Parts: sequence; structure tokens; C-alpha cells
Amino acid sequence: MNLEGQVRIPSGCAIAAVISKEGKRMTGEAITEAMEPMHDRSNGLGGGFAAYGIYPEYKEFYALHFFFNDRDTRKNCEKFLKERFEIVKSELIPTRKIPEITDEPIIWRYFVAPLKSMLVSMQLDESEYVARTVMKINTEMHGAYVFSSGKNMGTFKAVGFPEDVGVFYKLDEYEGYSWTAHGRYPTNTPGWWGGAHPFTLLDYSIVHNGEISSYDANRRFIEMFGYKCTLQTDTEVITYIMDYLIRRQGLNLEETANVIAAPFWQTIENMDDEKEKEKYTYLRTMFPSLLVTGPFSIVFGFNGGLMALNDRLKLRSMVVGEKDDKVYIASEEAAIRVMEPDVKDVWAPAGGEPVIVKVKEGVDL
Amino acid sequence: MSVEFIYPEFEVVRNKDRCIACRVCERQCANEVHKYDKDRGVLISDESKCVDCQRCVSLCPTRALKIIKSDCTLKENANWKNDTIKEIYKQANSGGVLLSSMGNPNPLPVYWDKILINASQVTNPPIDPLREPMETRVFLGKKNEKVTRDENGNLKCKLPPQIELSMPVMFSAMSYGSISYNAHESLARAATELGILYNTGEGGLHEDFYCYGENTIVQVASGRFGVHKDYLEAGRAVEIKMGQGAKPGIGGHLPGTKIVGDVSRTRMIPEGSDAISPAPHHDIYSIEDLRQLVFSLKEATEYKKPVIVKVAAVHNIAAIASGIARSGADIIAIDGFRGGTGAAPTRIRDNVGIPIELALASVDQRLRDEGIRNNVSLVVGGSIRSASDVVKAIALGADACYVATAALLALGCHLCRTCQTGKCNWGIATQRPDLVKRLNPNVGSERLVRLMTAWKHEIKELMGGMGINSIEALRGNRLMLRGVGLNTRELAILGISHAGE
Amino acid sequence: MKRVYADEKWCIGCHLCEYNCAFANSGCDDMVKALKDKEIRPRICVEDRDKITYAVSCRHCEDPICVKSCISGALQKHDGMITIDQDKCIGCLTCILVCPYGAVSENGTGVVQKCELCLENSCGEPACVKGCPNRALIYEERGES
Repeated sequence: MNLEGQVRIPSGCAIAAVISKEGKRMTGEAITEAMEPMHDRSNGLGGGFAAYGIYPEYKEFYALHFFFNDRDTRKNCEKFLKERFEIVKSELIPTRKIPEITDEPIIWRYFVAPLKSMLVSMQLDESEYVARTVMKINTEMHGAYVFSSGKNMGTFKAVGFPEDVGVFYKLDEYEGYSWTAHGRYPTNTPGWWGGAHPFTLLDYSIVHNGEISSYDANRRFIEMFGYKCTLQTDTEVITYIMDYLIRRQGLNLEETANVIAAPFWQTIENMDDEKEKEKYTYLRTMFPSLLVTGPFSIVFGFNGGLMALNDRLKLRSMVVGEKDDKVYIASEEAAIRVMEPDVKDVWAPAGGEPVIVKVKEGVDL
Repeated sequence: MSVEFIYPEFEVVRNKDRCIACRVCERQCANEVHKYDKDRGVLISDESKCVDCQRCVSLCPTRALKIIKSDCTLKENANWKNDTIKEIYKQANSGGVLLSSMGNPNPLPVYWDKILINASQVTNPPIDPLREPMETRVFLGKKNEKVTRDENGNLKCKLPPQIELSMPVMFSAMSYGSISYNAHESLARAATELGILYNTGEGGLHEDFYCYGENTIVQVASGRFGVHKDYLEAGRAVEIKMGQGAKPGIGGHLPGTKIVGDVSRTRMIPEGSDAISPAPHHDIYSIEDLRQLVFSLKEATEYKKPVIVKVAAVHNIAAIASGIARSGADIIAIDGFRGGTGAAPTRIRDNVGIPIELALASVDQRLRDEGIRNNVSLVVGGSIRSASDVVKAIALGADACYVATAALLALGCHLCRTCQTGKCNWGIATQRPDLVKRLNPNVGSERLVRLMTAWKHEIKELMGGMGINSIEALRGNRLMLRGVGLNTRELAILGISHAGE
Repeated sequence: MKRVYADEKWCIGCHLCEYNCAFANSGCDDMVKALKDKEIRPRICVEDRDKITYAVSCRHCEDPICVKSCISGALQKHDGMITIDQDKCIGCLTCILVCPYGAVSENGTGVVQKCELCLENSCGEPACVKGCPNRALIYEERGES
């Protein structure tokens, strides 16, 4: 049977997220519990979390989370890393042994800083350098897989139900101002740890529920720019699209949303404001191959905020709720009610309408 | 009879019980097959002149006529087929190069027919185009490499010139001269109504059609016929024709008999002189020369119009396309070996060039591998016969398709493949006024509009089935395709999996 | 009122209109049976000279001289259309003499016939227009005069 990366795997899913606009940190306990009422949306073949603000003491360093198949691979990989980075810390990611989660690989993390000499010789900025290194390890180094590579954030994922994955990774011991979670329902894979979500690149993370019909159009376009879609999953390609549009093309979140869930031409034509009309037409004409079609609801995490987005026909459920400084997003309202029983203003964003939540300016994360 | 005799290819079968001797067949046949015998009060026929264009069959009010293939049998075998033998006789008679019209008729693989399209089931919903918006609009042209902003941080929304099409189909080049005034008018009016483009071919643009300029591609080919400043400025885009799928590597020859009146004036050559387009552009012997012509045309049109470079699909097409993509061209048009023609040497038409499906797949992949797919749009032609061919072409990586033969069929062409005689009974490939008037553009343009509208509906249905509601999400989406009965090499070139994988 | 208009530009001289007319007014449901081995007497006629062809049939004049000249009241104007009541026609053929278009003819039995826009036969719409392969005949309202 083919594993992820050898074959394209569509999957159904559950997603949830929470963020404090004040930048107040919370443990991963609530988000773990939020996944329980959505148990039936996953099938035990993948669950995971992304947490922002969890490594304040190492916030200047890239936190690389790895799965290694064996010790030798780790040793070799570490040698490779040392040629490119200064490693300030190297450790096993702490886990709790529970019967629900088995067959784990070696789960390791490094806090690293790129070697200045390498940046100069390759003429790359720091983020591009890290992104390329991650891509290189994931495509070329058999048995090693980087599943998280941002600053002051981390991804935790495994084969299992998400509520068990949270317990396994001791998320109750981490504190972050923003959390996203994912439970997976892949339709034709034995499940692989690297294939669980969130999928990340640098500090960008994506949790996604859906099956996009534009996959290969998006993949073949984005691969022109050095990205390698090794997992053949929607989440992976959406992450790369986000990275390309935001980091490399310099679009803001709203503009990005208007590329991947672009308004229909008819909607654009009916706009009154000529400037707006010109902008939307430009974005669609400039990036036609990055339009994402088919059902999806995604939560895109980044340092300092979240963006939730549905496909333009809203073919997947997604609701948003607010209470005080917190904003909650989930596939089902039940998940939000677990995190905050008194949540106010639960609403369903329209298809293609981005919900962007950022931590207030001036808050030190 | 003599050694030169070749038994007629077709037989005219007239049902005497049904024939009312209205003589419509006689009046309508420019080849003079039918004749009324006054003495006997019946119609008789000379089938040796019949080209099987079906005009008489279509107009006979009592269905008294049919044309069938003659069953006079040569002792053919798998090597020496009927046509092969007859061609030898013809050449022994004439001593000349054999000429043919329309596309390659030989039983070479049609890859479109070996590719199947996906549909959504369970994990992803199909979309009903009757209930939900379904978008087929495309923009052709070079895209910027980077987004830029003004000093206030607002997006600078300027792109190189783009062509907007309501659906990813255009009518491809057919010159005024090779086809009639009325055929051109039908194409121009239909393109305008449909929000797509048609192409002048290398025959200039009749002054009556300048009003359809926004929906016209003006072609510049090796003969430079009809090219002048107003002509270039009249069109929405300028196409440099380097080659044609039906006859890669050779030029064109419109006989002097067709260079009459307006055709002569529009081409800017004397009446009765043969219009001979050289095989190469004599100012383009290499890629850097092409670049100069591309920019000359851009200068002449003040960088307001995209420049298309049209080439025939030949063996090294991927590398050629890569060169063109770096030449400043905005759009590459590739014409497959099945593409039609008004006249081409038979040997060239039937033996030179490669299938458009393979050419498209390898060009699209090559441009992506080199990271320059955004430099150009890709338009493909060379036998796009239906909406499903269009969908497959887009999924392989094309931005739009060129259709010509299908458009001619809509106008009445019955593919008799004798355009070179100039006696087209359907008023298409002829300049004889009595024949030209048989194609009423009011009827012709309507039929073209109906054909394309039907295709658009079908494209939407197919897209909806795949769960795709905009054509951009289909472009290059090869996962939506599977091959049947193809070998691994073919699948690898097409970049698709086999059905069942 | 809707009339049949001929567009010389698109007439290809095939004469199909004549046969369709004869068939429509034959009362027969089979064209072969209606027209085979018979001399046809259509109410529309293709003029054909020097490569110019066009079909002529009754113009349904606003001020019809044929009606004025009819001594038996067989030709009448009803809602703009000129009709012929063959039971009343005495076969004087004055109408044929006066019609400037040659649109009235004798039907072979001594009385006259003319185009009644196929509204009086089973066709229901002008058969000549319906069967014209190049839309050289058009049945439409173009306003009076």
C-alpha cells in the first residue's frame, strides 16, 4: 500500500482554534478537550495542534520539531544541521505514554539560528534559508522529517485521535496565546505521523477540513517556486500558497484570501468602487492558478494571529464565536462551547469571507 | 479507358422513386456532377466529379440522394492500401506533388480519446452549474513576476496587456482568401457576440471587419501579406505565425485564381499573382531574430497588444517553447499535427509533426520546470473537436484552445477535403461569388454562437462534476485526468496516471 | 403585418421555395406523391437572369390593384392579407394582367391562385421561408408602407 507522498490522500476533518487578542497565554488543555465532541469527524488516523507563544525563552530561535525513524538518522541529520545552524538546544520532546498512541518515532526538537556565513554565501534572507533547508531535509533525507520550523511556536501531531494526541504531548504543560487543532479522517491511508495536521512552514501553520478540487493546478504552479509537495495533501499545498503569497509576494492576509477564495467575477463586476474592482480583478488575473476550489475550511496560524477562511461556496462547516478577549473557531459550535460555555455571538462566516484575528499591537509575545 | 483511369471514389445513388426532378442537386453542384436529361425527364450523374461534400444530399427535398463509397475494389493488402495505390497512379499521371486539405486523416493515436475525466463522489461534492456560479472566463498574457505597491502601500494593479475571453476557446487562423468573405464575417461576428477572438490568418483584414477589431487577432506570417500599421492596430492581439500543424516547415501557396478583387486588395498584392509565403520568415533564422520581431511589433503597437507566437508541434517543441517564452512573446500557440489547412502537400500533412496532446503536456511541464510558465499563456490547436477535448487540454495545462475545423463544420463544411479546388459548395473555401453567397453570415454566425454556447454548457457540466467552479482551478490540474490503454512512456509524457491508479 | 420578404443578396437560386410552395398547397402529406412527374404550379417564382436570382411572391400590397380589378369579389383583403376565394373566381384573369409583380397565376383549372402565406393550408407558416436553406426569404413584420 502506498504511503503519504506516494499517493494523493483526500480526507475529511475537524478543526478548532482559539486566540487571545490580549496575547494572554493559556494551556493546551482547553483546545484538547474541544476536540472531544467532534470525535466522529476524525477516524484515529491523525491529530495535531499548533501553539503560538510557547517558547518565549527561545523566541529568537527557530524551533525545529523532527520525527526520526531511528538514532542513526538523527545523528546524520544533526551533523547536517550543524553545518548550517548554530544549535542552542537539542532535546527529546516530552511525551506521556498512553495506550491510545503507539508506534511513535523519535520525536526531537532543536532550537537553532542560521549561520551568518551561510546566509552571506547563499545570498538568502533568514526565513528563505530556513524554508529551503526544511524542504531539503523533507525531500532528500530519508527517515527524517521536520514538522515544525517557526519561531516561538510549535506543532505537535501524531497518528491517533486529537484528544489523545494532546494528552500524549503533555499540552497541558505548554502555554500559548493562540492554538489551532485538527482531527483527521483520511480516506485511504494507513496514517503516518508526518501526514497528520497541522502542516507548517516557518511560523505558518494550516489546519484544514476539506478536499480541494484544484489541488494539482495549485501544486503544479507552486512547485515552480521551489516548494516540493511531498505529502500530496491539501494542507501542505495551502501552506505553501500562503507562504508564497504572504512572505514572497508581500500580500496582506485579506489580499491573500481574495486570491485563494477569490470573489466570483459577477461579484467583482457588481462592485461600486472602481478601485476595489480593479484590485480584485488584478489579484484574480495575476494569480489564477492559486484559486482554491472545492470544499475547505481552514485556520491559518502565524506569529501574532489567525485567519479562518471557507471556500467561496461554503461547502464545509465553520463557525466563529467570541467572548472577552478570546475568539474561537471550530467546525462545530459544540467544540467552542467546550472551550467557553458562555460564548457570545456565534456566527458562520460567509464563503470566501476571511476572519482575521490579530493580537493587539504593542503586546509583547 | 486507359492506364490513367482511376475508378471514381464515390457513387451517387439516386432513388428514382423519390426523385421529383426539382434539379436542386444540379443547380447546387459546382463540380457539375448532376445533369438533367430533358429527353427522359430524369437526372443523371457523373460520379467521377463527385467529392462527397454532401451539398446535394443536404438540399434534396425528398431525400432521393445519397453518396456512398465506391466498392470497386483494388486488390489491396495491409501494406498496399487502396489510397496508397491510387496515389501512385495519380503521381504517375501528373508528375506532381500531391495536395490535400484539412487535417491528417490517418489512423494515428488520438490521445484525447484515451484520456478520461474525473468526477467527485462522497469526499467532495460535485457542483451543479445550473444552481451555482460556474466560471469559464480566462485572461491570456504574461503575468508580473512580483506584486508591487505604490508609496502608500496600495497594490499597483498594472499587468502586461491581457486578452479576456468568456470561455477558453478561440477561432484559429484562416485567411481571407483561403476562406470566403462571408466565412470571415461569420467568424468575426460570432467571436464578438461570444466574447472570444477570431484570427485573420495570413490574408490581411478586410476593411469591413475593422469594426470587430476588439475580437480579432491579426496575423503576421512569412509572406507579410496585408500587414500595415492600421492592420496591426486594428486587432486585439498580434500573432506571428512561424508554423502550422498541417504543414510544419513549409510556407503557403494561395493560387492566383483566388487572388481576385477584395482578396488582392486586402493582401496588398496584384490580382492573379500567386500568394507564396516562404517556409521561414526571412528575417528570423534564430531565436534572437524572433525576439526582434516580437519587439518590433510591440513597438509598432505601443506595447498595448499581446504578441502571440504560433508554432507547429514538432519533435523539439518543449525547448522551442522555452525559447519563445524568453523571447518577449506573451502567448505561445502550438498547432498539433492534426491541424487543418486549405491546402498542403499530402506527404507533409500526413507525416510531419507530433500530436498536440503530447506537445502540450511536455511544453507545459518544461515551462514549469524552468519556472517560466507565468511568462506566457499557452494556446493549443490541431484538432480540438469537442468540449471534452477542451477540458482535457486545459487540465493538461493549456490556457485556451484554438478551433478551426469544428467552426467550419458549424458553417456547413462536410470535410470533403477538397478546399484546394476552390469550388466549395458550402461557400466557405471559395472566392466564386455565386458560391460565396451560399453562406449567409446571419446564419453562419448564429450557428457558431450556438456551437460555442453548447460547448460552454458542456465545459461547465464537466467542471461541476469535478467539483471545480472556475476554469483557473482546472488549468494544469492533471490529477483530474487518467489514461486508458496508454503505455508508461506516454503516461509519463502526459504527466497523468493510468485509470485505476 | 408579417410579410414574406426576399433578400436577393442571399438567394442562391436553388428553387427549393417553389417546390416547397407547391407541396404545401398540394393538400398531400408526401412530397413525392404530391410533386413527382407533375408540372408544379408554385405561387412563388424564382427570377433568374445574369447570375442574379430572387424569389417573387405576392407583396400583399396596401392598395392592391388586383382586388380593385376583380370583378367577382373573389380577391379580397382581410387583415392586410390578400386572399382568393376560388369558388367565386370566374377566371377572367384580369388580376394576372394587372399585378405588377406577376404574383398571381392560373392554377390549371381555370381559376387563379396566389400566395396566402400558407395560412390557409396545413403548413401554418410560409413553407418557402421555412425551407429556404440560406435565409434569403424572411417572414417578418417590417411596418407598413
